[in-house]
Amino acid sequence: MIESFLWYATRGAGIASLIMLTGVVALGVLTAVRWQRPGWPRFLSAEFHQAVSLLTIVFVGIHILIAVLDPYTSLGVGAALVPFSSPYRQIWLGLGGVSMYLIAAIIVTSMLRPHFGRRTWRVIHWLTYAAWPMALIHGIGTGSDTGALWMWVLDAVCLFTVLGAVAWRATAADAALVTRESALPPPASQRIPR
Amino acid sequence: MTAIAISPYRLLAGPRFDEGAESYADHVARLGEPPYGFAGPRLIESLERSGLLGRGGAGFPVGRKWRAVADRGRRGTVVIANGAEGEPRSAKDRALLTLRPHLVIDGAILAALSVGAGTVRVYVGTEHREAVAAVARAIAERPRVRGMRLDLVEAPIGYVSGESSAVVRYLNERDARPTTSPPRPSERGVGGRPTLVQNVESLAYAALIARHGTEWYCEAGRGEVRGTALVTITGPVREPGVREIEYGTTLRELIQLAGGTPDGIGAVLLGGYFGGWGNATDLLDMPLDPVTLASAGLGFGCGLVSLLPNESCGVWATEQIVAYMAGESARQCGPCIFGLGAMATSLRRLATGGSARDDLVNLDRWSAELMGRGACHHPDGAAALLRSGLAVFADEFALHAAGRCSRPPRHAREMA
Amino acid sequence: MRHRLALDRIKCDGYGMCAEILPEMIALDDWGYPILRDAPIPGHLLDLALRAVDVCPVLALRLEPVLRDAVRERRAEGALLGGR
Repeated sequence: MIESFLWYATRGAGIASLIMLTGVVALGVLTAVRWQRPGWPRFLSAEFHQAVSLLTIVFVGIHILIAVLDPYTSLGVGAALVPFSSPYRQIWLGLGGVSMYLIAAIIVTSMLRPHFGRRTWRVIHWLTYAAWPMALIHGIGTGSDTGALWMWVLDAVCLFTVLGAVAWRATAADAALVTRESALPPPASQRIPR
Repeated sequence: MTAIAISPYRLLAGPRFDEGAESYADHVARLGEPPYGFAGPRLIESLERSGLLGRGGAGFPVGRKWRAVADRGRRGTVVIANGAEGEPRSAKDRALLTLRPHLVIDGAILAALSVGAGTVRVYVGTEHREAVAAVARAIAERPRVRGMRLDLVEAPIGYVSGESSAVVRYLNERDARPTTSPPRPSERGVGGRPTLVQNVESLAYAALIARHGTEWYCEAGRGEVRGTALVTITGPVREPGVREIEYGTTLRELIQLAGGTPDGIGAVLLGGYFGGWGNATDLLDMPLDPVTLASAGLGFGCGLVSLLPNESCGVWATEQIVAYMAGESARQCGPCIFGLGAMATSLRRLATGGSARDDLVNLDRWSAELMGRGACHHPDGAAALLRSGLAVFADEFALHAAGRCSRPPRHAREMA
Repeated sequence: MRHRLALDRIKCDGYGMCAEILPEMIALDDWGYPILRDAPIPGHLLDLALRAVDVCPVLALRLEPVLRDAVRERRAEGALLGGR
């Protein structure tokens, strides 16, 4: 009974983590592109992004904790803390570990943001684009639900959400830059003659 | 020339200008050895009593500035002699560095000794080749002062690159753009150390006050503001350029000094692009000094006096200046980028006669909203200049909004 | 201890979320950049002000204590434009 419960719990928490993480990326992009609608002010995206990212840690934490504590799996704490150290589905599992560390770095630098320069914070935040695919691949590789239709559908929805978000982010960033650059005449290369 | 009772030539006394930079030997022969012994609290007190104001444009009292840095008592303080002169039509700092570099360096070393600094850096624009050469030679021929490091820094010229925080940033990061104000250079500047950034003209006057005293300095000057100052006069006069005048000299006298006549002058730009326009007729007999000009809503600024001929169009003149200042934005702050950009675009439309209906109203609103919303005062200067143009050339702007111009097309755009 | 809003104008990138949360003290110009009311924050708005500071994606907004001397000094500095 307990074994089943733990097994379902870690799977469920894992899937929930993927959904949360997808949501975090989407909300982050909504924040960056300053998306808004009547009834959805810009600050909502920012605040939800923050809230969902905290929820993500919770679910990732539950997922890892149960997976490690579950006596049915032969995973020890080492498997979680040292990626690729466990021989069980080594690569797939390891990717999950790396993803966990990347997410941890992103969260920590964000919470302690005033202590890091803006550039440092940004570079680490971009690791999201590595952490998310790793989480997805980890899920596909180690997930017990891989193969079920609903799982594939879920994975596809998450994937297209993130791809769409990234594309939106890239094009919006270009547009903002162009507006900024074209606002002013070029600096005077010569003095105005006297 | 009898209009000026006291020989105004203090900074510019010495050899004729076509003889170039005064050598150290001649400088010492004329004025004596630099009075390094007077540096310190006595000099600071003298400067305070003399009321010497900074000549960089802000007019901050020099003695008070030195005292603030000296009081920090921190080791490793740096003095920067700021000769960047970002204002394109102002030539006084370059002229001073080219002709009397040793006066400036005297002042800079005196400042360093007074505030406890061991480093003096003379900051000059790369494009001002003559000034660069003169300062380099001057530094080379000067005897070393023990414990004092003195060198020349060439920096890129741009309108904002002479601003104090930009100077410090260039020395720290090779990036001549202003930074946000806390911390101020006097608190944390070059290399994180307290830094005194002082205009070269201010330093030169400090050097003279150290030699001749406060009473001597205050002999000149006709009103509340004592002393003399360098001005640059441009426009339809026979001898435009740099002059030294005593504070309180009227505009009329200055024009005559430069071999011009007040007839044919429509408007005057005082203080540089950071200053403002005034009607020539209103200003002709106005004493030129910071206090009087401030009370008239104008400013002495960097001493630029730009005369606009009658045939020139004030709208075009304003457009050219604002377009220039827009281009010179450091592009760090949104309000400056978009505000100056929009102002320049609207002005261009108004100048060419293709103005949209809201242009005038927008210009008034944007310029009012822009005040104080950049990291430095660049947008404030542009906005203030625009507002003074809107006021002084109100009739012209109204005509332009209707697609007309009262000035002959051939001359309208000449700024002279 | 009263506080006022202060802005790092170079960091500010015109997200405008601060104005959404605290419209009583922050308005936006034509391009979405904030115009701050230069007054101490009333007590009942302090929580919202803190929230506005937290939400800024680039940490451009901050609260500064209002000290009488600081106010006077800033006004004096502001009166002297330029600084070159």
